[in-house]
Amino acid sequence: MAIRVQREDFDAGAEIRALGGNPKIGAVASFIGLVRDENDGSAVAAMTLEHYPGMTEKALAGIVAQAESRWEVLGCTVIHRYGELKPADQIVLVVVASGHRGDAFAACEFIMDYLKTQAPFWKKEQTPQGARWVEARGTDDRAAERWRGKEPDAA
Amino acid sequence: MKVKVLYFAGLREQLGQAGEELELPPGVSTLAWLRSHLISRGGTWQSAFAATRLVRVAINQDMAEATAPVRAGDEVAFFPPVTGG
Repeated sequence: MAIRVQREDFDAGAEIRALGGNPKIGAVASFIGLVRDENDGSAVAAMTLEHYPGMTEKALAGIVAQAESRWEVLGCTVIHRYGELKPADQIVLVVVASGHRGDAFAACEFIMDYLKTQAPFWKKEQTPQGARWVEARGTDDRAAERWRGKEPDAA
Repeated sequence: MKVKVLYFAGLREQLGQAGEELELPPGVSTLAWLRSHLISRGGTWQSAFAATRLVRVAINQDMAEATAPVRAGDEVAFFPPVTGG
C-alpha cells in the first residue's frame, strides 16, 4: 500500500505501471477526482485544500486496510493533493490491483466513498461571491453507509 | 489535566486560532464535557460549538464519538464535516 498526501500533481499512468510486475494481478481499477469549474450554482475560479497532517495519512491507511480485509487487494496506491488547485486540476488518485475486476472495482469505490467521509480534508472555493468552505453532502454519507454490513463479493 | 486542542478549516477561521494547550477544569473528562467547556467561553465559541453546529472530533488522530473519554496529553481536534476527494 502506498499513501501519499502532497502538493504536487501526479501521473496516473506512472502510478498504475508501478503496481505492475506481479503475475497474480489480472485487474487494475483506478479513479481520479478533478476540480470542476462550478459547484452549487456558483463559478469556481480556484480551490484551496486543507488537511490535518498526521491524521490524514493515518485515516487513509486505515481505509485501505479495511478494503484489504474485504477484497483481494494485491496492490493499492492512494494520492491526495492539498494546497492551491484550479479547475481541471487533479485532486485524488486511487489505484487498486487485484486478481479480478470485481474486487478491483469494489475496493476502489469503497476507498473513495470512505475517503469522502472519513479523511480530514476540507475544500475552500473561490467564487465571484467570495471565498466559501464547501459543505459536506448527505449523498457522500449515504454512499459510504451502503458499504456497512455488506458482505464482500464471492468472486 | 492538560490537552492539546486543534481547530481546522472553517472552525479555525471562525475562532481565529489553529490550536491551544488547554488546562481542563476538574470533571471535564469526555469530549461532550470539553465541548461544553468551550461553549462556556461565550461569544464566537458559543456559536461555533453550539449543539446545532455539525462539529466532528478526533482524539489522537482517530475519529471519535461525543462520549469518548479525554485523557491527559491527548490531542483533540475539532473540525467541520470533511469534504475531500
